[in-house]
Amino acid sequence: MPMPAEEISALIKEGIPDAEVTIEDLRGDGDHYAALVVSRAFAGKSKVQQHQMVYKALKGRMGGALHALALTTQAPA
Amino acid sequence: MSNPVFDRIKQDINDNDVVLYMKGTPVFPQCGFSAAVVQVLSHTGVKFKGINVLEDSSLRDGIKAFSDWPTIPQLYVKGEFVGGCDIVREMYESGELNQLLDQKGVAHK
Repeated sequence: MPMPAEEISALIKEGIPDAEVTIEDLRGDGDHYAALVVSRAFAGKSKVQQHQMVYKALKGRMGGALHALALTTQAPA
Repeated sequence: MSNPVFDRIKQDINDNDVVLYMKGTPVFPQCGFSAAVVQVLSHTGVKFKGINVLEDSSLRDGIKAFSDWPTIPQLYVKGEFVGGCDIVREMYESGELNQLLDQKGVAHK
């Protein structure tokens, strides 16, 4: 079940309000995305914790409606 | 409360230095993300145990709850959750994966 990029971005920003989200639709099929999420909330957190924060913001869609989202997370430089 | 699936996971990650929960087997991965992590691990030359979650749906759901992580593959080193495909690939490229294996005293290339 494809999910529009805008919806992914909106959910992430809802969960992590200061997040800057860049999403790329890797195959143009609305089903395989890469996301870069930059937020001050990631500072001092491990990569696992950072990704868990994004997955929580996506409210269970990751691994379900959202099949493939390659994720890169960063705190602002 | 004891949970038989969690008990099994704990035993597997304690008995084996490096465990990869994956779809398919190391020789025949059935998902691109699992295949990518197998490839990274073979580059590092580390010995690992692949556990095929497709053979057991209670394990497939159980490992997601155990790690609080929604996707497969999942890599464990010395009982500690390292990450999924994106993190493992990133750590391999930055050299952090080899550092982690060194720190944990796991033999690799």
